[in-house]
Amino acid sequence: MWQRALGWIEARVDLSTVRYLADHKRVPIHPHSPWYYLGGLTLFLIGVQIASGLLLLLYYRPSAGEAYESVQFIVSRVEFGWLVRNVHSWSANLAVGAAFLHLFSVLFLRSYRKPRELTWVTGVFLLFLLLGFGFSGYLLPWNELAFFATKVGTGIPGSIPLVGDALQRFLRGGDDVTGATLSRFFGLHVALLPALLVVLLGVHLLLVQQQGMSVPISVRKRLRPGDEVPSVKFVPNFLLRELVLWYIALAGLAALAAFSPWELGLKADAFAPVPAGIRPEWYFLAAFQTLKLLPSHIAGIEGELLGVLGMGLAMGVLVLLPFLDRRSSQEKPSPLITVAGVIALVYLLVMTVVGYVAA
Amino acid sequence: MESPRPSESTALVVPRRTVLDALLGAGIASSAAAALYPIARFLVPPAGGEPATASVVAAKLSELKVNSGLVFPFGSKPAILVRTPEGELRAFSAVCTHLECTVQYKGDTSQIWCACHNGTYDLSGNVASGPPPRPLESFTVAVRGEPGKEDVVVSRT
Repeated sequence: MWQRALGWIEARVDLSTVRYLADHKRVPIHPHSPWYYLGGLTLFLIGVQIASGLLLLLYYRPSAGEAYESVQFIVSRVEFGWLVRNVHSWSANLAVGAAFLHLFSVLFLRSYRKPRELTWVTGVFLLFLLLGFGFSGYLLPWNELAFFATKVGTGIPGSIPLVGDALQRFLRGGDDVTGATLSRFFGLHVALLPALLVVLLGVHLLLVQQQGMSVPISVRKRLRPGDEVPSVKFVPNFLLRELVLWYIALAGLAALAAFSPWELGLKADAFAPVPAGIRPEWYFLAAFQTLKLLPSHIAGIEGELLGVLGMGLAMGVLVLLPFLDRRSSQEKPSPLITVAGVIALVYLLVMTVVGYVAA
Repeated sequence: MESPRPSESTALVVPRRTVLDALLGAGIASSAAAALYPIARFLVPPAGGEPATASVVAAKLSELKVNSGLVFPFGSKPAILVRTPEGELRAFSAVCTHLECTVQYKGDTSQIWCACHNGTYDLSGNVASGPPPRPLESFTVAVRGEPGKEDVVVSRT
């Protein structure tokens, strides 16, 4: 039946390009190949986010008066509403985690080197987008923790000189975090960011498709002249293995959603004191902790401003990394990048743990 | 596809590939079902979104002139309170039985009128003319409170 359906389509639509790509796409096999699965895993989790997000949209109401109640309605009255909401929250966190792992694996394997610089740049912007999704989505249930976390988070850009105040007002839709902020974040979360995601992800995947998988410099070096890196076909060999990982991810998601539900907490109240132990989502914890540890003034400059500038600089370096790492573009080892990557990774991990313990 | 060797019995031989394909297909189908079932249930809006209202205070008696009508919320649906030319109080659902438009009181003809398709009801809620198929649902009206400050209370009959 499958063959007949395919035949019916092929009699009308020319599928030869698709057939050719599916037949010829190959994935290199070497000791570092398992890292190739992480991009696909991130893609799968983003797919879960889109599906569960569309479902939540059926019942969610984006206003200060109704948002909290509508989420309460979803988790308590709608059948399987608890499952959909918990899957959405958990999958968001796992997607950010998978994206970070993907980024560091690409960094350590230098997969961003020529000719894949643009793939890296789009990938870093995709990570920023995911963080934007996380930040804007966190506010939507309109609970106490989210309300104050958003107050702190939107307050940070306020310390930037000249444009800070305007930027903060723009983010909040006013001087304070109010229902206007909620409308804004909702629009960002369900319209603007998804539109950007589709475009960036399309370019990212197209580039991956066109250029194929990068083979690490070390693997290439060990080849005898004239030899090729052993590889398997993408369809079906690699794809089926990737599917197994997706299955494991889905099972993990379902287990987390069922056994570790996301709390809704109390409804946001602008006149309540900030609850103790307030902290942002784990992926902002390192940045949050860094700002906390900075003294109020360093060499006459405000500490927070210095922290924000430092983060901006780090983000810029991250985007431009393939262009800064000249050695690996010439297929030469660049141990400095590895050292910098390890330092960055250790810093992020330590600050995240400190942030958890300190709170 | 391998064909069975001639030396083997002619009993039904299922190729290994077919069995594996079937297992894979069944696995994928059952996980798809496990994902789609909760989604299908999620899509169905929960029943009984709001409890049925038993009775409401529709108006102050002093506010309601003779030969006039007032549409007021009865639970989540509109209802209409009418003071007839004779001064009697009557209440009905204001949802037209034709296509659920909200009806209104017309003082000049002393009828309840639906503007959507020109349906009319008499002051007992029965269809007088036009397309409505059934009479309006009628409610019980009671007057409560001190003289001069009476509330008109409408309840489900």
